[in-house]
Amino acid sequence: MPTLRDVKKRIKTVISTRRITKAMEMVAAAKLRRAQQRVEQTRPYSKKMDEMLSNLAAGSTGEIVHPYFEDRPIKRQTVVVIASDRGLCGSFNSNVIRRATDWLKDSPEGEIEIVTVGKRANDFFKRREWPVLADVSDWGGVLDLNKARDLMRLLTERFVTGETDRIQLFFTRFLSTVRYKIVGEVYLPIPKPEVDEDEGGTNLDYIFEPSPEEIYAALMPSYATTKMVTAIVESLASEHGSRMIAMGNATTNAGEMIDSLTLDYNKARQAQITKELLEVVSGAEALRG
Amino acid sequence: MFSLSIVTPERVYCETEVESLVVPGTDGYLGVLSHHAPLITALKPGRIEYRDAEAKVHTLAVSGGFIEVSDNQVTLLADTIESGDEIDLDRAKAAHDRAKERLQKKDSDISIDRASAALARALIRMRIYRETH
Repeated sequence: MPTLRDVKKRIKTVISTRRITKAMEMVAAAKLRRAQQRVEQTRPYSKKMDEMLSNLAAGSTGEIVHPYFEDRPIKRQTVVVIASDRGLCGSFNSNVIRRATDWLKDSPEGEIEIVTVGKRANDFFKRREWPVLADVSDWGGVLDLNKARDLMRLLTERFVTGETDRIQLFFTRFLSTVRYKIVGEVYLPIPKPEVDEDEGGTNLDYIFEPSPEEIYAALMPSYATTKMVTAIVESLASEHGSRMIAMGNATTNAGEMIDSLTLDYNKARQAQITKELLEVVSGAEALRG
Repeated sequence: MFSLSIVTPERVYCETEVESLVVPGTDGYLGVLSHHAPLITALKPGRIEYRDAEAKVHTLAVSGGFIEVSDNQVTLLADTIESGDEIDLDRAKAAHDRAKERLQKKDSDISIDRASAALARALIRMRIYRETH
């Protein structure tokens, strides 16, 4: 039976833990709201960009000539894993990392190199058998456009110079506050946009200024950046959502724990009072003889 | 009349019906009226002008992007876009000075390309700001 003081101490600890988890939940909720807005704002742009690319492919005759489309035999693959910098967000990090390692263990073609986004991903992969090429961390929970652009530049440059032949991207897509989906997709080479033959409306005879090649040259880097930014923004929103829920659960659990500890405390107090009373009564009895 | 939607990576800037539109294509300014032939082109930093349904002219500064015209539907993907009121003149001036300084130093080809692009963006922002104030 724990003493009164022990129980009181534990209640105090749990209360202060609850205060922290509650605060973290609120911070995560505020960050989630902003991140969610960001996701909603970037979606139209990337959707329009997809449309424009497929119209460009449909409208331009002949082969698409841009290095990002080059599908060649695989000698080396780059795997990009987007996780978070901080923990305490439920299974967010382990889910995306597990998906990536499952894929890696399936012995993909060629040599492997890893690019990690977020400290948690780096902590995991730096101790594994696959070499880590680069790490982009310290996002502070918000999108840093320059970092996203640098990452895109690093990846596209490696791909264009033939250092790597395929870039695989793992991130978390934000569906709603409680629903996420781990996505593993090929970042480069970009799959050739599908030309929809049946849909009459898109098969227009486009004028290209200056020329399809030059438009591709201008469009593809923007497209690659947009894809990277979208993946990061979606992951960030998922991270904050996961953390909000994890911290919400922790707060609820702490509340339950406080209730049951308070019950224990009251029982122990009652037992002590009963004991003291008994002592007084039996002492008086003894005196009376 | 045709519909124009301007989208930036940050947000949907506007979706509206317009009478006419002028944009800075890479080969020079081009005008779009309704029933324009399908067209895709890249944009360079410059001025965008459109006349809305009430014949009011709106002037915007764009820093680059793409435009697609098809079937009276114009989609403008802009890197950044601002009206005169949204332009931060001090920031544009600072960017202008910084770019000028970099151009005078002449480090490497890449930084010259970047600096001259930055200079072009700053100049167009400053011009649009002056025109509308």
